[in-house]
Amino acid sequence: MRILPPLSKVGVSGRGLVVTLPYLWLLLFFVVPFVIVLKISFSDVDLAIPPYKPLLEWAGKNSLAIKLDFNNYAFLFTDPLYVHALLNSVKVAFVSTVLCLLIGYPIAYGIARSTPITRNFLLLLVVLPFWTSLLLRVYAWIGLLKANGVINNALLALRLIHEPLNMLYTPFAMYVGIVYSYLPFLILPLYANLEKMDWQLLEAAEDLGCRPWQAFYKITLPLSRNGILAGSMLVFIPAVGEFVIPALLGGPNALMIGRVLWDEFFSNRAWPVASAVAILLLLLLVPFMMWYQSVQARESASAR
Amino acid sequence: MNYRRSFFITTCLAFGFAFLYIPIFSMVVFSFNASKLVTVWDSANSPTLKWYYSLLHNEEILDAAWISLKVAVINASGAVILGTLAGFGLARFEQFRGRFTLNAMTTAPLVMPEVITGLSMLLLFVAMEQLIGWPAGRGITTMTIGHMTFSMAYVTVVVQSRMSTFDIALEEAAMDLGARPVKVFFLITLPIIFPAILSGWLLAFTLSWDDLVISSFTSGPGASTLPMVVFSKVRLGVSPEINVLATLTIGAVTLIIIAVALWMARAAKVAAAAATAAAE
Repeated sequence: MRILPPLSKVGVSGRGLVVTLPYLWLLLFFVVPFVIVLKISFSDVDLAIPPYKPLLEWAGKNSLAIKLDFNNYAFLFTDPLYVHALLNSVKVAFVSTVLCLLIGYPIAYGIARSTPITRNFLLLLVVLPFWTSLLLRVYAWIGLLKANGVINNALLALRLIHEPLNMLYTPFAMYVGIVYSYLPFLILPLYANLEKMDWQLLEAAEDLGCRPWQAFYKITLPLSRNGILAGSMLVFIPAVGEFVIPALLGGPNALMIGRVLWDEFFSNRAWPVASAVAILLLLLLVPFMMWYQSVQARESASAR
Repeated sequence: MNYRRSFFITTCLAFGFAFLYIPIFSMVVFSFNASKLVTVWDSANSPTLKWYYSLLHNEEILDAAWISLKVAVINASGAVILGTLAGFGLARFEQFRGRFTLNAMTTAPLVMPEVITGLSMLLLFVAMEQLIGWPAGRGITTMTIGHMTFSMAYVTVVVQSRMSTFDIALEEAAMDLGARPVKVFFLITLPIIFPAILSGWLLAFTLSWDDLVISSFTSGPGASTLPMVVFSKVRLGVSPEINVLATLTIGAVTLIIIAVALWMARAAKVAAAAATAAAE
């Protein structure tokens, strides 16, 4: 690659210029904010605008006092609400991921084994809801699940039940909402992985006497490992911090950490506590994010 | 290659797609229902377009839609520039300082819970305002910056994966013939990755148009986007106007996706025909 002469003297190359703009943008608007969250999670709550006290203070006589307040974190561990919400979020996200896998794997597999024309059509059908507003799709479930909603009306008309089932504002509704919203995120990477599969391996296994489910268990499943991991991570990580679905479908008792953070921030105006919750959540999720990135790196390496 | 699907898999596909589409169809059907109860069909007066009429005269929703549209268009255009640069750099340059960091910074927003991104963005804007006086207050500008930051990550992924499938020999040939890198990019690379850039733009537009959480954190008084208005209405239960809004959204998305898919299929056919012609 040719280098612009005057710039190259100060160590700036054409390559450098291309990546510098997005690099600086993300550094300023994505990385620096986390440092500020960390900082504010150590400040005191204050009745001011913005509602926190500065960390650094001139203590007079040329001395700078740094005041780190660990109370926000201590508070998170003394009030059982926060730990409970965090554990419950992990549980909900994990169960939803497993459900997404059970529903999504056969779909991704079925699409990968279709003729090219059907395949494109089915993929379009998976992608279409993904492009439609998440908020509106979650809203659709309110209409389906509520006491005089579509499902209850249908079951009553068929005389399968005598009084409406209580489904909306329950954990069940929340699981349905999460699985429904995140299913395309699991199907797409899994399909991309299965599409590259050499199906002759399965035929060979069957010729050698394997039953279809044995061939699936011994060949397809291990070979699609990276697709399963990537898809599961795309569901699990954002689901832990999900706010919209528990807020709309889960009812007042649905304790999810994303909702706790939202309420601390918007209802209680407790910015330092909300920041401490964010840091805690981040610490929990960073290992999964790094795992996801290494899976992605392996996938793109195998694609070459 | 055989395309055999067992009965079990076909059944799963049928149930899977029913699960994905029943909620969507129910919103469309009940948008024509006259009853205010939304899900109880009023067969005497339905189907009707009265909620369509009332939505199109709802000032609050129209104002919010206008704000959302402005934010989404500016966001998509900015995100495409940043995302294309990042995707191009990551796909073409094997080694450069900060490659690992750039890769991590463009992957993390894809999975980062939105409440964290939203909170951290807001705290940055507050800190910047205290420090340098910009941005003064929060509103459309801060929301757009917030949206661009996470949607550029999606554009990066789309552009990067398109870059990795195209033949680098085309770029090398142009350079051997004396074209400068910038010229090669605009004459060779850009036209080839254009479908990815277009999908990236549409994706960034949609992400911004639909976003509730990051908007709520980074917006200020008087700048409510469509999802923010919808959320406050939906919290109180179902509303016939929201069903209409959903139906219009689904209709628009379906038309655009089909148009883009057809256009891309045609472009691929033209490219394939050109390739065979060149080979002969």
